Amino acid sequence: MRRDTLTLKVLIHAISLTLLINVYYMAITDQLGADPVEYVLHFTGIGALNLLILSLAVTPLTKYIKKPFLMQNRRLVGLYAFLYALCHVLSFWAFEIQFNLALFFEEIIERPYITVGMVAFIILVLLAITSWSVVKKRMGRRWQKLHNWVYLAILLGGIHFYWSVKASVTEPVIYGVIITLLLFLRKRKFLHS
Amino acid sequence: MKKSIGSAVNLPECSVTDESVYLARRTMLKQLGFVGATGLLATSSQASPLDWFSSNKDKTPFKTTPLTFNKGSPLDETLTPEAKVTSHNNFYEFGTSKSDPVENAQQLQVNPWQLRIEGECENPITLDYDQLLSMFTLQERIYRFRCVEAWSMVIPWIGFPLADLLKKVQPTSKAKFVAFQTLYDPKQMPGQASRRIGGGIDYPYVEGLRIDEAVNDLTLLSVGLYGKTLPPQNGAPIRLVVPWKYGFKSIKSIVSIRLVEKMPPTTWNILAPNEYGFYANVNPNVDHPRWSQASERRLTSGGLFARNRIDTLPFNGYGEQVAELYRNMNLTKHF
Ligand code: HEM
Repeated sequence: MRRDTLTLKVLIHAISLTLLINVYYMAITDQLGADPVEYVLHFTGIGALNLLILSLAVTPLTKYIKKPFLMQNRRLVGLYAFLYALCHVLSFWAFEIQFNLALFFEEIIERPYITVGMVAFIILVLLAITSWSVVKKRMGRRWQKLHNWVYLAILLGGIHFYWSVKASVTEPVIYGVIITLLLFLRKRKFLHS
Repeated sequence: MKKSIGSAVNLPECSVTDESVYLARRTMLKQLGFVGATGLLATSSQASPLDWFSSNKDKTPFKTTPLTFNKGSPLDETLTPEAKVTSHNNFYEFGTSKSDPVENAQQLQVNPWQLRIEGECENPITLDYDQLLSMFTLQERIYRFRCVEAWSMVIPWIGFPLADLLKKVQPTSKAKFVAFQTLYDPKQMPGQASRRIGGGIDYPYVEGLRIDEAVNDLTLLSVGLYGKTLPPQNGAPIRLVVPWKYGFKSIKSIVSIRLVEKMPPTTWNILAPNEYGFYANVNPNVDHPRWSQASERRLTSGGLFARNRIDTLPFNGYGEQVAELYRNMNLTKHF
């Protein structure tokens, strides 16, 4: 592995993990304001979306600044997006709904924003479990087909965010613009398939 | 699914963090850029992007003063710690995140203040700051407070029944409703100056009650909590508390109370009429499109592992005192 790839990998691990551990530590010890559950949900939700955006920014960025080693880190960023999303969904179930499975499914069916979040999450699960190199080789061309679903996942993540807010849509709209831009950069890909 | 109110509310008094500590921690997370784009678009009107690292430094906190009042009857439920009551607020005039009001409202000028009581009444009056605190004997009322977002608190308010004030102005026979209005002052309230900060709401914030709801003994005009005057983030110097309705009915920092003949417009109902009704009585059987209202998370002390989800009670547990007001009404239709 090249030196700069290694440095970047260590950096990605360090930042993503430190933030996550820190937030759960503070939440468990009641140091995150009046409602640690809300804080954790928002933090992991935004974190997952940020990381997903970052993972989709890698390819255009690599082309633009001509640093191919960046590509070596794309999978790692994507996997952290998945980890944050996993924490988000588990926190929802464990701390918001508090293990009430009936209510969990009721929420998924009855609240459109949660339905959309669930679909995005299922896609991320599929992408994560097929991310090993061995699986990738085995899957051949089907791998790329499957992994193109990430575009739907990020779009649904953005819609989920937009629908989840009560009044102020500024922030989701900014995210929407960024996501649209990332998808626009790949317009050739969409036209060809 | 077993939900026990008893165990949920008898949590040990474990680590309640001082407010300044969690503000500092939040700032740290913001600096790391992970609280989302609002972290970048600093909510405070004065903060420039370069102020990131010092945005809370030169703000002196608001000074509250101790009040004299008659002690209220205790409730058999754990109080929400004062630090949480005063740092977790929906007061969009100061920003839409729960921690924005405590950060942005500390400079609110509450003295001098003017509260006008007018409209369909014989003796309209205007009360100044001192009168708000001295006109009536203050009493403590420990109430459950249920937010439409499915969280709740237990808060020791201090104030006087709205009925006492209305008696003073003598409503006429035309007074069928009471309309309330929050201060409108974009210079002091960044959310009123910018639609982005204020959540796209048209200000001033307005609320209303039917006259029989307004004169119910539970309906309180609050001037304090936890033995002291209200801090701005909780609606200083005077706010409404209607404990059997969702929190958004309990309008803050009131400048006008008007007796009217027709049902007055109310802010959240204007914004999303299919989500927020005029009555907004706490009702576990009528879900909000965004939140199931059958249960709620009671915020007391305790962190992430607090088992605090409890069943929501009709009229927030105040049915005995208020159910009668809605005798012939379909509360699914009039939500
Ligand atoms: C089963 C799947 C999911 C569930 C049940 C779920 C649930 C939730 C809930 C309850 C909220 C808080 C809404 C509120 O403020 O009241 C939320 C917010 C959010 N979620 Fe999810 N979510 C899911 C999947 C996802 C995924 C896959 C992503 C990202 C790709 C995501 C990103 C977000 C974001 C960005 C927010 C907004 C956070 C904020 O307002 O600061 N969610 N989600």
